[in-house]
Order: sequence, then structure tokens, then C-alpha cells
Amino acid sequence: MSWFNANTDKVWDLLLSHLWLSGLPILLGFVIAVPIGWFANRHRRLRGTILSLGGILYTIPSLAFFLVLPSIIGTGFLDPVNVVVALTVYAVAIMVRSAADAFESVSPAVLDAATATGFAPTGRAFLVELPLAGPVLLAGLRVVAVSTVSLVSVGALIGVSNLGSLFTEGYRTDNDAEILIGVIGIVGLALLFDLVLVIAGRLLMPWARTPRQGRSPVSPIMSFAQHLRGGRV
Amino acid sequence: MIEYRSIGKTFADGTEAVGDFSLQLPSRTTTVFVGSSGCGKTTLLRMVNRMVDPSHGQVLIDDVDVSTRNKVELRRSIGYVMQEAGLLPHRKVIDNVALMMRLKGADKKEARDRAHEVLETVGLDSSLANRYPAQLSGGQQQRVGVARGLVTDPNILLMDEPFGAVDPIVRDELQQELLRLQRELDKTIVFVTHDIDEAFLLGDQVVILKKGGEIAQVGSPAEILAKPANDFVSSFIGLEKGHRKLHVEERNGTRIVVDETGKATGVLSE
Repeated sequence: MSWFNANTDKVWDLLLSHLWLSGLPILLGFVIAVPIGWFANRHRRLRGTILSLGGILYTIPSLAFFLVLPSIIGTGFLDPVNVVVALTVYAVAIMVRSAADAFESVSPAVLDAATATGFAPTGRAFLVELPLAGPVLLAGLRVVAVSTVSLVSVGALIGVSNLGSLFTEGYRTDNDAEILIGVIGIVGLALLFDLVLVIAGRLLMPWARTPRQGRSPVSPIMSFAQHLRGGRV
Repeated sequence: MIEYRSIGKTFADGTEAVGDFSLQLPSRTTTVFVGSSGCGKTTLLRMVNRMVDPSHGQVLIDDVDVSTRNKVELRRSIGYVMQEAGLLPHRKVIDNVALMMRLKGADKKEARDRAHEVLETVGLDSSLANRYPAQLSGGQQQRVGVARGLVTDPNILLMDEPFGAVDPIVRDELQQELLRLQRELDKTIVFVTHDIDEAFLLGDQVVILKKGGEIAQVGSPAEILAKPANDFVSSFIGLEKGHRKLHVEERNGTRIVVDETGKATGVLSE
């Protein structure tokens, strides 16, 4: 506790950088994955290929990815952009499948009715398909959010400051309190993201009282726990 | 007037839904397509608003070939009511109805006012307007479906087995309601059903279909009952089962109508 009191500013700074290092990939991943998932669901023959491609991307080890990225996209070695890009790729990889499932979960009868009553294709996609895919999209996004928050910490190993830096530093200086603060900060941030998403879902989708769940939902806490046990690095 | 001119439809998988079909549907009357599943009745209905395009032939609305019209515009000018109502689950009742007005370019207030009006027309309490479809009974949802079909005041109303999924008592209620509405509104209604009793109740013109959209008989219910064209029609309308062949018997001074099986079905009024 005394360590925390002496380093409040530092922890706060790390928390803020952790926040945007994870928030940006979550947002970008969602925005990129949704149209791809929609496309994959529409073109049944390409669906398998697109989804497997996502699966393969996700198997790239994150530390290796962080190290290789600068030579691919021409960024500096310590550039936080590397982390953002890599985590966006992972977010897309997970989210594309959820998105394809989400659009598949929309009742064909409702879509047919929408067309018959005079929705143009674009209007139908945005006003009918997207909102009705919402509950399953949200379930996928919750997994992405928690997984991204925890993955950011790996960035500390390549020198991009975030709450994970408390692990590396704490380990080096043998400071258990610092490591503990790092864990609490990351778990807290993950829970915060999850809470925000759930509340946003309630507000945006008041009609979905019992959200239909897609295939994806592993409980976010479980997938986070798995990560802490070394599921990825 | 809606006119089918030697229309046919073969789907991509090779099934022939309609072979060669020609018919005129007079304006401001109800035409019912009735037949067993696979007779092409829904395909015929969906050709009117271009949900299905024919493989050959033409569909004309007031002498204009529908294939020359923009699909989306055409659909917005025609009311469509389907089985299970087909409401948007994420929109409130009032918005489901008002949306059709909005698609046609009405402003928000105008659309809502009109939606309230038409919900009242179909006999729905205004307290239900702010609920979601899932919070309504099947019969109520179907009323909303009808309201949505009527909200833009279209000349043509297409109804695809709209009362097929509700229980018999509610169905009876909805049928009576439709008859009342039709007396007031005078639409050109195309109605699809597999229930001959429903067809006779609602139809001014009843079209009995065989497989592949082949017309077994066209006529008013009275014409068909009086002179069924062939054995297929007789058996389809139930003449052979005896419950439509009625005679009068006198019991205790009252004249009672009895069917062929001897079951009393009503009293003859003077």
C-alpha cells in the first residue's frame, strides 16, 4: 500500500496508456470485423475460408508478432502503434467469427418481411440486420475486450509502457506489491470494459431481454484467467 | 386490376412452382388463392410485389407491367401481411407500423399520428403501442401486421396465410375484422390460404389451385359450391365428406338444417 501511495501518479499514467492501448484495438477490431463477418455470412462459399483465416491469425504468438511488426509496417521498434496494430489483428480474428455467427442468427423470416415491406438493401442492412445481430455481436465483443485488455500487458516486454510494466519492473526489483497493483489494475480495467459494454447493450437493445448467445461466449473472466495462467505469450 | 398473363416460374433448383397461369383479379375485391402446399399459391402472390420474378409471362397492375417498376418503390406501394406477422422484433409496435410511412418519406410526427390512427382501425388498444412485438399475443401481433400493411393506405394488400399461426378462436375474430375492414376500405386484396372455409368466407373470387399453379376452378364461393368443375374441386371443398350437403328436417315444428351424416348444424330462419 505504501508503494502505491508513493507511486499513484505513475500507476495512473500506466492505467491511462493501458486504457487507450486496449480501447483503440477493441474499437478498430469491431469496426473492421463486423463488415467482414457480414460479408462472410452473405457469401456462404467464402465463409469457411474467411473464418479459418481469422483462426490462423489468432494462433500467431503475440510476443513474436510485436517483434516482427515493425519490419512489416515500418514503425519504430518501441512504437506503441505496433501493439495497437497487433491487438487489432487479434481482435478482428476473434470478432469475425462472432460477427458471422451474429448475422447468421438473424431470422430469415424477419429479413424477408423487411424486404417485402419495402426496405432497400442498404436500409435493411443497417436498420434491420445490424441491430438484430446486436446481442451476439455484443457477446463476441465482450470476449474481445477482456482478451485485449490482458494482452496489452505483453507489450511491456517490448518496452511499450502500460500496467504490464508493473509486472516487468516488479519482477526485476522483487516488488510483490507492485505486481499485485498491476494485476488489480488490469482486472479492474477488464471488468470496467465489460461493465460498460453490458450497460451499453442494455441501453441500445432494450428489446433483447434475454440475449441470444452465439457460439463464442466463454465467460470473459474465464478467458482472462486462462491468459494469466499463460494461455498466451 | 391485377392481371397475370401466361405466367410461369421455375426456381433455380429446377422445381416448377407455376407452369402457365393467367387470371384477372378485379379491383376492390378479394381474390383468394387456395390449395395444398406446393400448388404455387405463395409464389403467385409474391410475383405481385416482385419478391419473385416470373420465368416467363407478365404481371400487370392497372395495365403496367410490374417488371418495369423499381422493386423497392413497388413494394412500398403495396401492403404485405404475412404469417407470424413478420414484425421487426427490435422496434416497438408503433414504430413497426410508422416505419412504412417513414420509408415513404413521411416526417416523424406524421408517421406516428398515422400509425396510431391505423392501430385503432384494426382494433388495437393504444396502450400496446409502446410494447415490443414479443410482448404481444399472436393475435395482437397479427393485428399489428395488418395495421402495418394498411398504414400507407395502399390500393393493394397482399396477405400470405396471415391467420395460419393463430388459434381458431382468434382466427375467427381476425377474419371477421378483415371483412369489416374490407367493407370500409375497399382494397384489392390477394389472399393466400390452404383453408377452404377461410377462402369461402373471405373471397369474392376464389381460385382453387392444383399442383404447379394449375387452376382447378375460379369463381365466387356460391358458383363453386353450386357447380364444382370436377372431382378434384368436389373433394377439395369437402362435398364428398358430406358436411357441406345440407337438407332440412322438421323437428317439433322447427325446421332444422342437417348435413349428410345426420348431424344438425343449424336452424332454418324464416
